[in-house]
Amino acid sequence: MDTIKVVAAIILTIYLFPFLSFGFQSDELLVDDEEFGLEGAPQPRFPEPTSTRSAPVTTATRKRHSDLDSDSKIEFSLDHAFGDSDFSPAGTFSARIKTWSHGGQTLTKLRFSRNNFTNEEQKKFKNLLESDDFYRIRLPSNVLSPPGRDFIISSVKARCLPREGLDEHFVIHMEGVNVLAVNYGSPGSCSYPRNLKLPVKWSFSSYTVLKNSEQAPRAPIFTEEILGGENGGGEVVQPPERSFWAKYWMYLIPLGLIITNAITQAMNMPEEQATGQVPASAGMVQRGPSSAARRR
Amino acid sequence: MAIRSFLLFLLCFYSSLSPVLSLYEDQVGLMDWHQQYIGKVKQAVFSTQKTGRRRVIVSTEENVIASLDLRHGEIFWRHLFGSNDAIDGIDIGLGKYVITLSSGGSILRSWNLPDGQMVWESFLQGPKHSKSFLLVPTNMKIEKDNAIVVFSNGGLHAVSCIDGEVLWKKDFEAESFEVQKVINPPGSDLIYVVGFAASSQFEMYQINARNGELLKHESATFSSGFLREVSLVSSDTIVALDSTGSILLTISFQNGEISFQQTPISNLYEEFSGPAVIIPSSVPGIFAIKTNAVTIFIRVIGEGKLEVVEKTNHEIAVSDALPISEGQQAFALIQNAGSEIHLAVKLAHDWDTNLLKESIKMDQQRGLVHKVFINNYIRTDRSHGFRVLIVMEDHSLLLLQQGLIVWSREDGLASIIDVTTSELPLERDGVSVAKVEHSLFEWLKGHMLKLKGTLMLASPEDVAAIQSMRLKSSEKSKMTRDHNGFRKLLIVLTRARKLFALHTGDGRIVWSHLLRSLHKSEACLSPIGLNLYQWQVPHHHAMDENPSVLVISRCGPSSDAPGVLSFVDTYTGKELSSVSLSHDVAQVIPLPYTDSTEQRLHLLIDSDKHAHLYPKTSEALNIFKHEFSNIYWYSVEGHNGIIKGHVLKCKCTGDMAKDFCFDTRELWSVVFPSDSEKIIATVTRKLNEVVHTQAKVIADQDVMYKYISKNLLFVATVAPKGSGEVGSVTPEESWLAAYLIDTVTGRILHRVTHHGAQGPVHAVFSENWVVYHYFNLRAHRYEMSVIEIYDQSRADNKDVWKLVLGKHNLTSPISLFSRPEVITKSQSYFFTHSVKAIAVTSTAKGITSKQLLIGTIGDQVLALDKRFLDPRRSVNPTQAEKEEGMIPLTDSLPIIPQSYVTHALRVECLRGILTVPAKLESTTLVFAHGVDLFFTQLAPSRTYDSLTEDFNYALLLITIVALVAAIFVTWRLSERKELQDKWR
Repeated sequence: MDTIKVVAAIILTIYLFPFLSFGFQSDELLVDDEEFGLEGAPQPRFPEPTSTRSAPVTTATRKRHSDLDSDSKIEFSLDHAFGDSDFSPAGTFSARIKTWSHGGQTLTKLRFSRNNFTNEEQKKFKNLLESDDFYRIRLPSNVLSPPGRDFIISSVKARCLPREGLDEHFVIHMEGVNVLAVNYGSPGSCSYPRNLKLPVKWSFSSYTVLKNSEQAPRAPIFTEEILGGENGGGEVVQPPERSFWAKYWMYLIPLGLIITNAITQAMNMPEEQATGQVPASAGMVQRGPSSAARRR
Repeated sequence: MAIRSFLLFLLCFYSSLSPVLSLYEDQVGLMDWHQQYIGKVKQAVFSTQKTGRRRVIVSTEENVIASLDLRHGEIFWRHLFGSNDAIDGIDIGLGKYVITLSSGGSILRSWNLPDGQMVWESFLQGPKHSKSFLLVPTNMKIEKDNAIVVFSNGGLHAVSCIDGEVLWKKDFEAESFEVQKVINPPGSDLIYVVGFAASSQFEMYQINARNGELLKHESATFSSGFLREVSLVSSDTIVALDSTGSILLTISFQNGEISFQQTPISNLYEEFSGPAVIIPSSVPGIFAIKTNAVTIFIRVIGEGKLEVVEKTNHEIAVSDALPISEGQQAFALIQNAGSEIHLAVKLAHDWDTNLLKESIKMDQQRGLVHKVFINNYIRTDRSHGFRVLIVMEDHSLLLLQQGLIVWSREDGLASIIDVTTSELPLERDGVSVAKVEHSLFEWLKGHMLKLKGTLMLASPEDVAAIQSMRLKSSEKSKMTRDHNGFRKLLIVLTRARKLFALHTGDGRIVWSHLLRSLHKSEACLSPIGLNLYQWQVPHHHAMDENPSVLVISRCGPSSDAPGVLSFVDTYTGKELSSVSLSHDVAQVIPLPYTDSTEQRLHLLIDSDKHAHLYPKTSEALNIFKHEFSNIYWYSVEGHNGIIKGHVLKCKCTGDMAKDFCFDTRELWSVVFPSDSEKIIATVTRKLNEVVHTQAKVIADQDVMYKYISKNLLFVATVAPKGSGEVGSVTPEESWLAAYLIDTVTGRILHRVTHHGAQGPVHAVFSENWVVYHYFNLRAHRYEMSVIEIYDQSRADNKDVWKLVLGKHNLTSPISLFSRPEVITKSQSYFFTHSVKAIAVTSTAKGITSKQLLIGTIGDQVLALDKRFLDPRRSVNPTQAEKEEGMIPLTDSLPIIPQSYVTHALRVECLRGILTVPAKLESTTLVFAHGVDLFFTQLAPSRTYDSLTEDFNYALLLITIVALVAAIFVTWRLSERKELQDKWR
């Protein structure tokens, strides 16, 4: 237990080291998700791969620089809606497309810049908070040719977002250049019942994570074991070897009982004989006490 | 003495606890039952030869061919063809071979009539797909071979009856030629192939049966075209309808000359209106047409003259003609008239006299007669007797003879759509006591016999008596609820829109009910049963209220046809009420709320994404409004690969504005890229599953918390290329992705890709794990993977002090809008079999360990311990892990022959496995259905909470008595000894 804790702590420090060394301003996003990191090890509450204070953005349209063949920059926009309202632009994601030698394309270096809420939007958001309604966002399903087949929508109860400011957390599931799904919500927990709480600052702090599919571990293959198993008649479950006591206790206990019984009887016999002989010699004199002693 | 009897008692106690991993031979049939069915009969052929006279060969819509005993209706033998090998025709050749034509006319097989062994099989290829016909002429010889004539795939084949060799073949290349009949006039060597080409042309080919030579080809054009059905009235005349369905055409092709004769139906029948259809039959001289609700029988009197012989408003069924003596042919005609059916057997050329006329009372729940097959026999007085085999609307098969139903088979049970269970009525007081007293002597006698059996003193007769006593124990088939919850009703909906209630004790039909609300009517042309739900399960009012089920069906095959709800009492089988809906039913969501009468609230979603609440009461509405904001649902659009989450918004607007209708709003969406992923399987947890504990204690006294959200959805997608058959793609082109999606927020909690894997995927979801089965193209083997998902947000609650001081978060409510902190563990194993269905055992409290029930390709059900599919298995488990019961890692899952729960039986065409918890925690009830039905009880961790049913109470009693006696005797002896000592 303790050793595990120590190991976990070590892992944790190693794990956090890159963040510490690069500092918070790093916009480098590792493609592999940090969230699931090492299996079994306790994870930091906030991996904080990208933390971008909202910066004003001039345009929400997509730009593409084709100066690099294998590494080109794209932008795609994030739209939001308040309750049932229509979607309007809320921010821009920019990323680099990396083209792999086998033809696949993936996104790297995702950055996000959030537009500040306008006064009207603030009012709408307040309304959402009051009515405990949904704040909805959407992304194109294909980042190269938005919106792709359909928009990817995600929603969260508006009351989950306010903390100090407004905290949001995106996990964007990608498949090549297609967006599969986006998990949107607060970076921490959202307690229930949700209480009405207005943010102090009306600015977003956003955390974004890009995720690609993991490879499944292959089924283990043991050739030797198969052969061995076949020789053994296909028996796979071998019952653990039990000790002699565990196997035969049900015989041993009665046996022990019988033996102790026999011994006590054997002990009694000579004693009886002995006690029987003593009074026989001096019986006339001390009859009473001897019988009392025997009955004791 | 005392010690000895104590030892005896110990011995007896341990012998009763000996592990029961599998069944002993004499335990078969104690708790399980197996029923064999064949499905709705399509065609029946009676064997006429001596030995086969007691048999009838049938082919069915479940693709079964079977030989049935004519006296009792039992199955002699039976073969199930695959689902893509539909039977087109059957016949008997040479009196001892059953010939079957299947797979759209491309496979011809011959079976030995007495034992059902296959004799030969041949494949018939042809230029194009077409209707297929099988013709077995009685005495057509080609070079001493008896020949079978088959028209299939656009070609005519003559096949030897002895070895299946193709003797000759003639292809019909004409593009649009559609064959309607293949005729071999008795006693001639000619074969006529007639049909239509290009909708208005009639074609006739005359072929020499000896060598396939085309003798004559004639064609004639009829300007207004034909309807496709024809009726053969003699060997050179057929009757057809023109394309408007109002003019009868008698087409004769005598000597190769085609002549048309037109008769407007209005000439024959004045009230005629609207199009008519021909009822396909082949009775010489007579045919029948149907218009509106009237069936008209018309006789052909030479030279194309027609005459109406009978008009009837009843639904009718006509058999084919049966030659009874030289030149005479008989046929059977059945009319449905309310609670009776009228059977008439007539001679083909003499309408007015009946050879036989009988009225038979028919159970209303069987519906109408759909098909008739006639057979004759010689009576004891040497006259002709007739028996008919009829197929009813509920797919049952009955044999009628001498005005009685000789036997009946409930073959509707071969096509089960959905199953649910219902409790039996509670036992009323005052009934049981007298019975127990009455049977006390029997009870004692039974136990004495058992005692004899255990002490090996029983004679063979005694052993037989013990066995039959165990099998026939009246206890298990009682109609009341039992203490252990083993007795239940299985409510079963079949494709014939009939509900059956089966008793779990012995599998008998308690009641059956053909749904009235689902009869064909003007409003509902082709009703289809869809699903069964438990509507009302009374607990508080169990004594005076009956449980009921909800049957959801829809009018018509298209998914936007309006739905129909029916409510059926499960004790009596009565239909309580039914509602025809104005909207369609795309999805049904049973809500976890019940009203004061314990009716469950159901939300029906239509294809416009409106939600409709049932039952439509204000009470239900109040309950619903209270939980309004907490109801989320999802929809899977499999065809375009989108999964969407929805939430309820407000009352319906527009013309649907009603109190019980709600608009919904889209909350989230997951869009799978159409070029790389296609959804092939989605699985959720069972709604009524019980999880005993969230914590899982692992080795080193550590605790992991299961992530047991009810809102998890497992989705499996494959590459669109790899969605075909196994082997159609290379491993590089094929992959399988598995997802765990939270259906409230649309979060993907886990996502993993298996490269080189291919569907079909079968999966089962329970507690916090999902197991799925697929094919691994790289390893050329099937694989099963397991994903377990654990909640990390509760992982800190390991400290005892925290728990004692209440500083834990175990009781705080969980919101799915929080960021999930989960970890998953997964592992893959090879598995030998391909799989038809997977289920998991479920018990009352969820304490008992789980077993996977795998429906194998051999139509058996295999029980596999979940422990084998533990992702934490490692090659060398530590001592602590071994103590926990972890099995060392192996690459494949073991298949232990003793763990087949169906033991030696097969559930042909296995389609589904249902598990229901019994009240006894250790036991679960398993019902597997396909063409056959199988039911059994399973105890995945053995019956640790009850004595086995063969526990010998008498022996226990005797032991106790002997012990008490021994105590008295020894006490007496010691008293006496002491007295003697005192007197010494």
